[in-house]
Amino acid sequence: MGDNPSRSTDATAGGSGVTGRHARPAGTGVSPSSYQEPPIGGGGAPLQRKARFSMETGFRGLSVSAGAMVLVIIVAIAVFLISKAVPALQANTANFFTDTKWFPNDAQPNFGIAAIAFGTVLSSVIALIVAVPIALGIALFLSHYAPKRLATPLGFVIDLLAAVPSVVFGLWGRDVFSQPVKDFSVWLNHYFGWIPLFGGDGPFGRSILLGSLVLAIMVLPIVTSLSREVFQQTPGMNEEAALALGATKWEMIRTAVIPYGKPGVIAAVMLGLGRALGETIALALTLGTVFTISFNLIQTGGNSIAANIANTFGEANAIGRGALIASGLVLFAITLVVNMAARAIIYRRREFRDSAA
Amino acid sequence: MSMMTRSDLAGVAMTPDNIRTKKLPLGVSLLVAVVAFGLAAAIVYGAGIGNWVLVVVLGWILYLVGLFLAASRVEGSRAARNRSWQSLIYSACVLAILPLASVVWTLVSKGVERFDANFFNTSMNNIGARDANGGAYHAIIGTLEQVGIATLIAVPLGVLGAIYLVEYGRGKFANTVRFFVDVMTGVPSIVAGLFILSFWVLIVSPWFNNGQPRFSGFAAALALSVLMLPTIVRSTEEMLRLVPGPLREGAYALGVPQWKTILKIVIPTALPGIVTGVMLAVARAAGETAPVLLVAGGADAINFNPFDGNQSSLALFVYQQAGDASKYAPARAWTAALTLVALVLILTIAAKMLARRNSLTR
Repeated sequence: MGDNPSRSTDATAGGSGVTGRHARPAGTGVSPSSYQEPPIGGGGAPLQRKARFSMETGFRGLSVSAGAMVLVIIVAIAVFLISKAVPALQANTANFFTDTKWFPNDAQPNFGIAAIAFGTVLSSVIALIVAVPIALGIALFLSHYAPKRLATPLGFVIDLLAAVPSVVFGLWGRDVFSQPVKDFSVWLNHYFGWIPLFGGDGPFGRSILLGSLVLAIMVLPIVTSLSREVFQQTPGMNEEAALALGATKWEMIRTAVIPYGKPGVIAAVMLGLGRALGETIALALTLGTVFTISFNLIQTGGNSIAANIANTFGEANAIGRGALIASGLVLFAITLVVNMAARAIIYRRREFRDSAA
Repeated sequence: MSMMTRSDLAGVAMTPDNIRTKKLPLGVSLLVAVVAFGLAAAIVYGAGIGNWVLVVVLGWILYLVGLFLAASRVEGSRAARNRSWQSLIYSACVLAILPLASVVWTLVSKGVERFDANFFNTSMNNIGARDANGGAYHAIIGTLEQVGIATLIAVPLGVLGAIYLVEYGRGKFANTVRFFVDVMTGVPSIVAGLFILSFWVLIVSPWFNNGQPRFSGFAAALALSVLMLPTIVRSTEEMLRLVPGPLREGAYALGVPQWKTILKIVIPTALPGIVTGVMLAVARAAGETAPVLLVAGGADAINFNPFDGNQSSLALFVYQQAGDASKYAPARAWTAALTLVALVLILTIAAKMLARRNSLTR
């Protein structure tokens, strides 16, 4: 601690020395070849010849290969999944893409992903329809309505909720949330049974509705925290200009904040969709695992690719494992497309790249 | 301000009516609320179509409509729309907090039931359906070992990858890597589990195990590191970009080679941020169930060796107890869930605290 001031004075002295040297008349010190004396203040040794192999090339190679590792892993995921899926697909006696049954462990394996792929997409889409408006409302509340003293801790809590493991939400959905959803389903069926979505004779309970609502609660914090960051980045000038023209607060949000944040919000929604499509355990605990294609939301039923893998992996034989890997490959392809689309949207508007990570 | 306007607009009487639009008094909105909920209760109980939940929902809708009508009479339609949207945004907040509060409340109230020493000291070995005790010791061991190994694999790779992207990466290849790091963030955990299943468990592990595929905690660690890698690369990249350029230039000017600049100047400057990112990635990995289920298999007994034989993890323990028919299983599941959430939240909060003390900010 005591030597800090002296060091700083040294630095000042050195600095003045440098300017002194620079102040010499041109011609004496400008050309390096005309140096007669070694530099005073530690100028360093003459440049070394570049070695063929140095720490520099080694370190650069190491970091390049670490970067390339990401590409290797993505390619390897596809290659290994395909290699294990192909034998099962060859043994399959049904059409993999259109069949709805899942009997890969039989002597005559027949299985298809139509029902579970449908369930995956349906539950994710419903989850997003429920979650996105609420998430955007909270994001706007946090960025533009709430006082700062409330917004900061609330945003912190939202970030914490995004970290809660999915198995906890699944357990909650099965043990606590299923009863109110069941009552709600019975009510819907009683008064709105004429709509095919809410028809059927029961039993109600572990339905697409329950799974989707649990999913919605899970993606809510993610979409909220991403879009909140985007909304917060709206240039203050735009907002003030809108207000100065006499806009009400909502008109300011509609004309300045939302257009500016649109690409970021779309990307956040797509990322939430990617999360919902790949969600495994929460759906394995809340869906009814029925292999049918049905738009009925409230009857016991529903299934998804990921939940099916978690549920049936235990009793799968070699072909069954291959079949599950094949369905995982389809899931991988779907999420890859969704994520690449989301990233392409973010990349088109570069300024959002750093916020909507 | 008012002085200026008065002098500029001489001759215009600046009465309150002139400069302020009419405001809906608070009493009116309270009145609207009372009427709306009363009407909703009358409709719901009168027709017998539901219980108090429907009263609240219907009352809220009626309140919003009534408020809009009242406000548009007094304040004009633009102000009324403003008011309605504000109410909608506030109610979105309330609506979202309800289930999340329920999750937290259930977690704590059901979790403390078995939150005792026995739970943290015993495994599930030889615990039958009629045994009330049994605990998660083996699962905690599994989680710590798997996440630890995954961190050891993913951190060097991730930090080096980020160094490549920030310090060396130029041109098309770097952009491709950056794009696929982002895409890889969205790879579902079950796909990572299937990848390690088909790569490590089914192809590589038979080499060491007389041709038999073998589940292991190490395989789970591999799957978790696949999930952690993109998160670490992204957060480290962001932190490295925040290191001021003049720091690097200063080092180069002193003749320090680039690799030494990175290791001695850039990394130490960005270190708190990198640690924050790593802790968030660890927290996320600790909560993953699906990969562990697929490649570590789950176990009832304590297994300290991550390279040999089945292992469990806290998240997998929760899932397996949730599917168990024993009447004591739910209590164990909730206590394990509480433990898991506590672990994850402590990591996350510590990471956020560290981030707040970080001197490099946007």
